[in-house]
Order: sequence, then C-alpha cells, then structure tokens
Amino acid sequence: MWHYAIRRITLAIPIAIGVTIICFCLVYLAPGDPVQNLLPPDATQADVTYLKHAYGLDQPVPVQYVKWLLRALSGDFGRSIQTNRPVLGEVLHALGNTLFVSVGAVTVAFPLALILGTLAAYYIGRAPDRLATGVAVIGISVPNYWFAIVLIIIFAVELRVLPAAGMGASGSAGFNPLHWSELRYAVLPVWATALVPLGIITRSMRATVADVLSQEFILTLRAKGLGGFGVLRHALRNALPQVLTVMGLQFGYLVGGSILIETIFTWPGTGFLLNKAILTRDIPMLQGAMLVLALWFVVINLVVDLLQTAIDPRIKRG
Amino acid sequence: MAIALPRPDLQPPPTTDDSRDRGGKAQPLLIVENLRKHFPIRGGALNRKIASIKAVDDVSFVVLKGETLGVVGESGCGKSTLARVLMGLVAQDQGRIIFDGELVGGPHGLSLRDLRRNMQIVFQDSDSSLNPRLSIADSIAYGPRVHGMSRAQALSLAHDLLRRVGLDPALFALRYPHELSGGQKQRVNIARALALDPRLVILDEAVSALDKSIEAQVLNVLRHLKETLNLTYVFISHDLNIVRYVSDRMLVMYLGEVVEIGPTDAIYRGPKHPYTKALLESRLGADPRHRVEAAPLAGDAPSPVDPPSGCRFRTRCLFAEDVCASKAPSLGRSNNHGAHLAACHMGDPQSGHSRASLAPAPLPRVADAVVC
Amino acid sequence: MRDATLPLPHVAGAKQGPLTGRACGYWRTVGRRLRRDYVTLSFASVIAVIALAAILAPLIAPHDPNATSVAYRLKPIGYKGFILGTDELGRDMLTRLIFGGRVSLVMGLVPVGLATCIGGFLGLVAGFTGGFVNTLIMRIMDVFYAFPSVLLAVAISGAMGGGITISLIALTLVFIPPLCRVSEAATTQIRGRDFVDAAKASGASSLSIILHHVLRNVLSPVLIYASSLISVSILLAAGLSFLGLGVEPPTSDWGLMLSTLRQSIYVQPVVCALPGAAIFLCSLSFNLVSDGLRQAMDIRA
Repeated sequence: MWHYAIRRITLAIPIAIGVTIICFCLVYLAPGDPVQNLLPPDATQADVTYLKHAYGLDQPVPVQYVKWLLRALSGDFGRSIQTNRPVLGEVLHALGNTLFVSVGAVTVAFPLALILGTLAAYYIGRAPDRLATGVAVIGISVPNYWFAIVLIIIFAVELRVLPAAGMGASGSAGFNPLHWSELRYAVLPVWATALVPLGIITRSMRATVADVLSQEFILTLRAKGLGGFGVLRHALRNALPQVLTVMGLQFGYLVGGSILIETIFTWPGTGFLLNKAILTRDIPMLQGAMLVLALWFVVINLVVDLLQTAIDPRIKRG
Repeated sequence: MAIALPRPDLQPPPTTDDSRDRGGKAQPLLIVENLRKHFPIRGGALNRKIASIKAVDDVSFVVLKGETLGVVGESGCGKSTLARVLMGLVAQDQGRIIFDGELVGGPHGLSLRDLRRNMQIVFQDSDSSLNPRLSIADSIAYGPRVHGMSRAQALSLAHDLLRRVGLDPALFALRYPHELSGGQKQRVNIARALALDPRLVILDEAVSALDKSIEAQVLNVLRHLKETLNLTYVFISHDLNIVRYVSDRMLVMYLGEVVEIGPTDAIYRGPKHPYTKALLESRLGADPRHRVEAAPLAGDAPSPVDPPSGCRFRTRCLFAEDVCASKAPSLGRSNNHGAHLAACHMGDPQSGHSRASLAPAPLPRVADAVVC
Repeated sequence: MRDATLPLPHVAGAKQGPLTGRACGYWRTVGRRLRRDYVTLSFASVIAVIALAAILAPLIAPHDPNATSVAYRLKPIGYKGFILGTDELGRDMLTRLIFGGRVSLVMGLVPVGLATCIGGFLGLVAGFTGGFVNTLIMRIMDVFYAFPSVLLAVAISGAMGGGITISLIALTLVFIPPLCRVSEAATTQIRGRDFVDAAKASGASSLSIILHHVLRNVLSPVLIYASSLISVSILLAAGLSFLGLGVEPPTSDWGLMLSTLRQSIYVQPVVCALPGAAIFLCSLSFNLVSDGLRQAMDIRA
C-alpha cells in the first residue's frame, strides 16, 4: 500500500511542476509587454529598464521561472501590485472565506444528493426516480451564476428576507459565523454553490447504486430473505467508495470554480480575488492565486485517489 | 439442430498445395526451435523489472503436413502465449520458427506478412474476436482485401466461406456479431481464418467456450474443412477428451515447457510423464464401479514467475527425488517425428533416478503410489 | 437441413429482417429507439428552433438589437411593442435574445468540435501506440486536467485579454484533455480485443487497422462524450462573457446581457433573469438530447 502511495505522490510532482509552469507562463500570454502594463504611458526608457531589472524580467525565462518557483516554495509569492500586501497572506485569507462557503454547500448538497440518488436507484423507472433525475439534470444544466441571481431576486428583492451581497454587515473582517445576523449573508451563496454538486452527485449515486443493485449478489441476499432496507445497506457499502471519489473531486472543484458566485455576491474569496487581479492586471496576485487554487485541486485529487485505493479492495495496489 | 453440410454439388477445390508446397512431403510444415518468451513484471516504487513470467521456455517441436497436433496443459502453462508467438502477435525473445523449410524473419527468410498468408489463428473468445461494428461478411473479407483483393471478389469469397462453415450467406452475411450465437460466431471466426487460404490453422481453445452439442458440430466442420482444403491444425485445448478425438499427435505443456510429445494414441495408452498420467487420470469416468479416492493431481501449479529448480513438476510429483531438483530433464531428440518422448528422469536410464532402471515398464498408477 | 431452423438468439432491439437476410443494422436500431424517445425528440426540436432562430435572426427579429432608446428603458414583459421587455439601454429583449443565440451556439459547438478533433486524434495516437508516446501525451494532459475548467478558462482568457476569439481558444484548450482521455481509454480497450489481433494476423498495416477497425469503435464513445460537453461549453462561454472576458459590448450575448442587467434586478427582476433562462434552456436541451443519444446508442441495451 505504501509503495503505491509513494509512487502516486511521486507521479503528482511532475504534474505539480507542470501546473506551476503554466501559472508562471500566464504572464507571457498577455498581449504586450508585462512591464508596460504596469507603468503609466509616459514612463521613460530608463524607468522601464529599472522596473524590468527590479522584477527580474531582463533575465531568460527559465531562470525567471526557477527563481519564482524557489521564492514561492519558501512562501514568498511577491506583493500585490494593487494593495502592496504580500500575496500569500491575501490568498490564504481569501481561501478561508471560499472554504467557508464550499464546506457549507457541501454539507447541504451531499446528504441530499446521496438520499435522492439512492431513492432514484431503488425505485428506478418510477416516480421518485424521475423526480430525482429531473433535479439532477436541472442541477447540471443551470448556470450557477444565473441561479444565484434568481435566488437574489426571490429572497432579496421580492421577499426581502436575505441580503443580496457581501460577507457580513461589516465586511469579512468582522464576520462572525455564530451570529445569525452575520451568518445570513452566507445562506444564498451556499445554496447557489450547492446546486451543481447536488446534480452531479445525485446522478453519480443513482448510476452506481443502480449498477450495484443489478448485480447478482443482491439477488442472493433477497433470496435469503433480507428485506428492503437491509439490501440497501449492503448496496450502499459497495457504492460508496466510487461516489466518494466523485464527491471529493466536486469539493475540490468548488474551490477552484467559485469565481462566478463570489463575483455576484461580492464574497471576498479566492475567486473574487482572481477576478480583481485580472481586471487590474495584478500579475503577482494572478499568479499566486492561480497557483494556490490549482495546487489545491492537485492535492485533493491525490487525497481522493489514495483514499479510494485504501477503501476499495478491488483496486490493485502496487 | 444440425448444421448445413456443404451441398454435394460443391466440389472440393483442387489441391493447390502442389504449388504452395516447398519442401515436399517429408518436410515438416512447422519447426519450432528453442522458443522463449518471458514477460517482465514491474514493481516497486520506481517500476523497475523485478521478475519475469516465464511463459514459454525453450520449447521445441515440429508440426507435420496434414496432421492435427494437439497442445494440452493447465491454465497458465503457456499454451496461448505459444500460439501468439507463433503468429507473430508477440515477439519471441529467443528461438527460431521455420515454416516449410524457410526461416521466419531475418534478412532472407519468410517475412511476417507472408507467414500470415500461410498461417492463421482462431481465438477462444468468439465475442471479442469480431469487430462489433462490422457485418460478418465485411469481417471475413477484410483479410483478403488487405492483401489486394477487390471488394466484390472478397465479398464473394466471404459468402463462399460462410457456406463452407454451414452458415447460409443469404441469412448471415449482413448480420452483426451481436446477432449471432456463440457457435455461429466461432464458425465465422473459422471462415475468417480461412479467408487468406492458409495452410496451417492454430485453434486456440476455439471450442472451449461453447456448449457441448455446438462443440461437436464445430469440430465436425473443422474436420470436414481439413479434408477438403488440405489443412494442418494446431489444436490447443485443456479438454483431454476432445484432444484425443481430433489430434494425430499431441504435446503436453507444463509451466512453459514441453513435458511430453508423441502420437496421441500412444500417449493416452501409456503416458511416460507423471504429469500426463495424472492429467489423464483426472478425467472422471462415468462408471461408478471405478472410483478414485485421492485426487491424482493435488494443489495448484506453482507460479510461472519463480518455477521450481530442475524439473518444474517435482513439487507435485510423487516420484520426485534429489536428482529432480538439481538437474532439469530434457525431452530428448529423435529423427523420427512420430517418436514418443517425455522429459522425465524416470525414462532416462542415465539420470540417476531410482526408478530409471524400471523403464520401459509402464508407470504405476498414481493412486496406487499413495503410501498410507 | 439448413441453419434456418436454428432459433435466433433473442437480442432486444435486434430484429431479423424477412428472408432477404438484410439484418437490421446498428444505425437503424439507434434510429428506431430515438423515434420512441419523446423527451429527446422534444428537446431536439427545441434546439432546432433555437438554431433556426439564430440563423434567421435578421429576418425574424422585431427590432434592431443595437437600437437604444432612453424612453423605453427597462420595460416589463408584455409591454406594447416589446413582448419581452427592454434592457437598461432601451433595447428590445426578444431581439437581443434571438441574436444572442447565435453567439451561444457558436461558443457551444465550435470549441467542442475543435477539441474533439484534436483531443480525439491525440488520444487515438496515444492509445494505439502505447509506451513512451502514450505516457508523454497523457502526462501533459494530466497537467491541464489538474485545473478546474472554470479556472483554466478564466485564467487563459483573462491573461490573454479576453474577446471572442480568445475565449474560443481558451475553451478549446479546456476541452482537449477530457476528450483525449476518453479517446485514449476507448482506443486502449479496443486495442486489447482479439479482433485487432486477428486483423494484425491478417497482415494489415497499423494505419489500415486504425481506419477500418479501431476508429469506428472509438468514434461512438468519443462523440457521445463530446455531445455532453456542448452544454458545459455553453455555460462556460456565457460565464466568461458574464465576467467581461467574452464578447465585447454592444454584441448581443446572453452572458453579457445577464451581467449588465444585474444592477437592474430591483427594477425589473423578471426581465433581468431572461438571458439566464435562455442559457438554461439551451444547456438543458443539449444535455437531454445527448443523454438520449447515449441511451439509444448503447449496444447492450
């Protein structure tokens, strides 16, 4: 088992390196000279040369990359051009905010999805199945940013029971999740974020449980006299490892794909930070945020993979 | 549920082997010398080669023209690997293959492409052997078309072959594999193998997956085709009864090696290798008066990754002695292709085995050798 | 006695034609299954309507999509002359929705089409060749796969400056890795089947084997997967436009419309939600049709 774990981790390293290369190269995709974008149009040549040297942009690209990577590994992601604060600190703080919504969404979506998916598979072809499948298809077809707007229209504009935007009445600094007056700001973002995973996992659960229920060992259990719920318990035990993988990946995805929802709710998470960085062409922040988010996804993938190998006895190890 | 035998007005084709035959009647159609194929096993953290599966290890035999050579052995003995190596689907590590006097491969020898015009294979899994997206006429016609035949000609050849294997082209030519039964699919596979007009057909467990009644019909088709088309068969199977029914000569494989070879009747009447004897005794008869108390062959075969030293069968052999562990017995050579040879120290008076001097007396029954 | 007396194996959906022997081929079975699937058919017609409206947009739209009017800003649904209301600049919503369909369909189909060709080809090569080439291609794909698609699309678009062409390129890049994976998995599985060995045993060249045997078996899983990506592409493209990284104003685009109307939700909430409803309908239709296609093409069902 450990051999497999080590091998899997070593395989993840070149991928992580590839990810860092892509993040680094984003700068060079931008039209125009990266330095020109930073300076006012009337800057002199001397200013440009000085700035280039200060940012190390006058050296060959691979050297720049290595220097950047080494600095990043030691925690120095540079400073945001916009706020002049260290990038890493800002990104991590924002990550916390994003995680708050993601974990909330996951808590809402996963249990519901598991139940719906199981019901759909158990009553396959009949009404509960159609209902659950309908919910699932809607979940994956709806643009979650539109869903967020619809939620805002219903709850903030028409009914006026929930706030339309922001993280807490006094911003993220004063956010206290233990008070309902603050927590209510998170309700709509959580629901909006929960819809897509709900759809995907319901579908996945339904397919997996239906597949397990159609296998012959279930027939054997029924022949021995086991009733409905008992059979279901056995089926779930077999289905869960596979669905766990999907759930883990969805959770990782939520953090990386939060940009749209956070923009709508002006929730100060990593997505919002990324959006700001793109608009203001804040290169260090863009690189830093991208890197943290992408590496987060790589780590989640790795953890999910290892967990699945540990749980599912059918997967060969080593 | 009888199959359609070819109509009486269908003449068997004039024997064309006069033009294809290079070496004459005495030349064996296929000579295999010292064939070896090992598969590496990778493992550890760096995925390096840590061991190898010795699938085919120093195998030598001949196949005579017009005969059926049976190949038997348990699962994992290397029969299927042997088949694939012969067809060139898997490259051998060492060894030579000589087809009708010409060496296969090498700068002046027979090319692989030419070999495949002369030698074809029918696989065990009838399902995966056919492309689910091609009609069976197209599947059969594919081979000839690859070698340059026109589409119309190839299709008419396909129809002819379907008739030969007992499938009415009017009903079957445009069907897809999922619309056929297992027996019908295997017959299509046979037709496909025959499309290139080969001289040697390797049947790798071709009837093993079929129901018994269908099996009998397919075997009859094979026998009829052999007679009318002047074919030579290598018939690989684990079913000893069938091998006896179809083969003229047979060889027995164990863990990648040939342990016994000779005329089928001679082997069945008097096996010279303890493994062969045990295999034959493992067939349960229908007579309740002849009961067997102890299983003739106990346990599982050792892993082909790390076979026992010396004679590979010694761990399951009741007559094993020290010499069996230290020295590997050899099959021996004979100029007479029909000779009955066995790789066992008990048959070699100079081996040092205590029972060696008892040869050529027949081996005692395995069941009798059990010591209480 | 002929084989006609043998009972046919019962395969659901496979019909034996009359004694002419013309069996019901694969595609005919697929067609028959689709004709009975009402859900798929109805949503396929929805797609047809959207596509038709997009093509005929200049002919059927009641107004000019860019004609602004200060007097008629943010009118509700059912207002005289503007059936679906107007946006914050006084432009007719129905017209803009119809024109917006053009962009959305293009952004849905073009990236997936390009990615299918490129990714499918790469996967075929990787799966058939195996060994080092396979490892190289798949590892590179893994690196791109390590990014969530929204993030990758936004980052590439954002870094390169946005705009419709850039978005198309970004989306194509996002879809190449998953399509390459599906293609490689299918190719590897097919390559392991005996009929490929049998074809090799017939003396066929690799190219011939790929074209005649492998391709037609790989095509269907790849196409089915690609069709499921169309709805994702529509969503992502609209999302990019929503963030301002897609089309430039004043082009009619559903995502961009949603973004600019967002400030007006307190005034005309329903009108402001309309572009999103269009995105939803389009995406839903493609999803259901692709599901229906997958079920109809399942050879085992």
